Amino acid sequence: MKWLKRAALVVLASIALMGILAPQIAPRPYDAQSRESADAPPSSAFPMGADEIGRDRFSRLLYGTRVSALLAPAAACVSIVLALGISFVAVSGSRIVFFGFSGLTTICLSLPWIFLFIILRAKLPLNTGPALSVGLTFGLMGLAGWAWPARVFAASIGEMKQSAWLMQARSAGVREWRIAAVGMWPHLRAIALAQFRILVPAYVLSEASLGLLGLGVPEPLPSWGNLLRDLQHPDIVRSNPWVLAPLGLLCIAMVCLELLQSSREAAL
Amino acid sequence: MKLLFALLLCVAPAFGTASKELRFAIPGEPKSFDPLHLEESNSQTISYLTSGVLVKINRVTGKLEPELADSWEIREGGRAIVFHMRSGLKFSDGSPLNANDVARTLARALDPKEASPTGDTFRSSDGPPAVQAANARDITIRYKSPKANIDRLFDQLGITPARSGKLPASAGPFFVSEYRPGEYVRLSRNPYYWKRDPEGHQLPYLDSVRVDIQTNHDIELARFLRGESQMITRIEPDAFDRVSKEKPGAARNLGASFDSEFLWFNESPSKTLPDWKRRWFTSAAFRHAISGAIHRDDIARIVFRGHAHPAAGPISTANAFWFNRSLKPRTADPQASLKLLATEGFHQSGGVLRDREGHAVEFSLITNSGNTVRERMAQLIQEDLGRIGIRVNIVALDFGSLIQRIAKTLDYEGALLGFANVEEDPIEEINVWLSSGPQHPWWPSEKSPATPWEARIDQLLLQQASEPSREARKKTVDEVQRILEEQEPVIYLVNPDYLCAIAPSVKGVQASPAPPQALWNIERLRIE
Repeated sequence: MKWLKRAALVVLASIALMGILAPQIAPRPYDAQSRESADAPPSSAFPMGADEIGRDRFSRLLYGTRVSALLAPAAACVSIVLALGISFVAVSGSRIVFFGFSGLTTICLSLPWIFLFIILRAKLPLNTGPALSVGLTFGLMGLAGWAWPARVFAASIGEMKQSAWLMQARSAGVREWRIAAVGMWPHLRAIALAQFRILVPAYVLSEASLGLLGLGVPEPLPSWGNLLRDLQHPDIVRSNPWVLAPLGLLCIAMVCLELLQSSREAAL
Repeated sequence: MKLLFALLLCVAPAFGTASKELRFAIPGEPKSFDPLHLEESNSQTISYLTSGVLVKINRVTGKLEPELADSWEIREGGRAIVFHMRSGLKFSDGSPLNANDVARTLARALDPKEASPTGDTFRSSDGPPAVQAANARDITIRYKSPKANIDRLFDQLGITPARSGKLPASAGPFFVSEYRPGEYVRLSRNPYYWKRDPEGHQLPYLDSVRVDIQTNHDIELARFLRGESQMITRIEPDAFDRVSKEKPGAARNLGASFDSEFLWFNESPSKTLPDWKRRWFTSAAFRHAISGAIHRDDIARIVFRGHAHPAAGPISTANAFWFNRSLKPRTADPQASLKLLATEGFHQSGGVLRDREGHAVEFSLITNSGNTVRERMAQLIQEDLGRIGIRVNIVALDFGSLIQRIAKTLDYEGALLGFANVEEDPIEEINVWLSSGPQHPWWPSEKSPATPWEARIDQLLLQQASEPSREARKKTVDEVQRILEEQEPVIYLVNPDYLCAIAPSVKGVQASPAPPQALWNIERLRIE
């Protein structure tokens, strides 16, 4: 199945390249309004048609890929690294530390984050630039999303600590860092990848809903999230199926990530 | 229309007894159920359905009809009005309603501490009126000088009970029986409502009205198309086209509305606004330049799909009598805008417009999220102003946060909104234009007029408010419109058509472009 993995890698790389090279390959700027072509169907001038105010959907998709395909995985990485670190500390500390950790994750999972985001919007100046707004949104999602993966990591590490192989390794005098790197990491990596696959689409879509609070990726900058908001208008989808393209790209990226994981890891 | 009305009345009793609930949605949380504190349209909608008023304007004929008062007389050359109230009136909680309740409501509305927008409508240039309840049924309201529209004003005064609560009792066809913030407001029929149909059946016909709080217009539309709600009180142009396709007979274009979409800048001495930005916003040349750079016809054509027309001022071009015919909608001319800006020391460098001190011209424009029309308008404006080097940051906020910013904290720069004009007569908007008015957009509740032209507008408005002749008032109102065009504190964009959707199962509807459009005769609506 090596060819399948290779193909997945190629597809992922080309999606990333599409985003990175957006300014070079996009036929038009993402914010140029051709007002005579509002709602235009796909044509040579607008390969995927034009949106309601005459902007080229294809160019917007390329630039949107740039924002989402690079930042959502980055935010997911932040969450996972944070979760790994916190769960390691929790599991290797005393029972009180672990108890505190459990409490903290419960609080984090039950917090109504939407209200925190509303408060954040009220505190932020209205003239927050697009780059800062985008950075803050994905950064905060990354920071806020640690709790769930941390629970999974902590449970897995706890289990491993009581396993026979680990005790044997310890009694044989293998150093802690080596146990962690050689013994535990392969298990945790599989979990991390699985969590990564859950978090990426979650972040892409959460960014779209944050747009309703005045956060997220501000107009006219496109992202998969705010492009997907067009799906709320079934009429647009019916008249121009290319509106679904960002969703398609998101699905393709997720399937490729799945394929990249080796079958042994997937079994874990 | 009269014949239709009579026919409807004839068939009405047959459906009067069925247990029915009308369901529709409002786009945001009602901030208050107090008829004296209606600061946004959601509260107004609830108030229309619940408030008992002395007299009501028939939204179709434009004539005044008796409600809690069964007759009234204008006396002393338009200085005083006497209302004779019906006997045996009760609030929805069963407590009696008489002239003393009217006197108390009016006193509360006029109390400066209440800061009630309704109260402003009742003030005149020489102060508040004297209110005197001679007995339980007769009440006299007397001004020092003649007051324009003295009778029609009372269409807006919802009589409130002495005991106020979270869900106050009311004297209209319905009362608020349940409120779940963020979900819905349920209105139940007022068992003590006085009105009967010609057959003697007590009104309203409906048992209850469920008003969903739904910020998302797409969900509202989907619910309507699935038959889960019977009405969309106001529908966006693209949804209108869809309803006409999928539910023939449900989409209704009520013609040009008196509403307008506009933007304005914060000119208040808010601490959050840097001095240089206040200097831009308080400069008429700057405001004209912004106005002249915006393509209004594109907004009407693209955003409203042709169901709107460029606006020329505070009074809709559709308002035949009051609109000042000498005003013309501004046509877009970015080059003229740049020239005008140059006279104020603005200059372009590297495609960016800078003021005399070198600050790049950039401002945020807040609007309400979930409203596709406003969001698209904002995007067109962003692009139009981008062409003359001005950067606009669009921030779509939920309605509550938006109102909080423009009315209370004043922490904003530019705002894009619309006002639903209550009536043809501009006197109804006096609390928007008086500099002391709490809804004065660019600086609410000014202590004293900040500029000579605002003082002049105040003077003209108060002058026409005590002028009984409609023609004389028209001249004064024309001058107010001219000053507002000259100064442009509010940049008017378009007057949209009034589009709504009403399920064919709802009978008795007599929709009119004047608010509350299809709901004004709510007590006579039925569901088959």
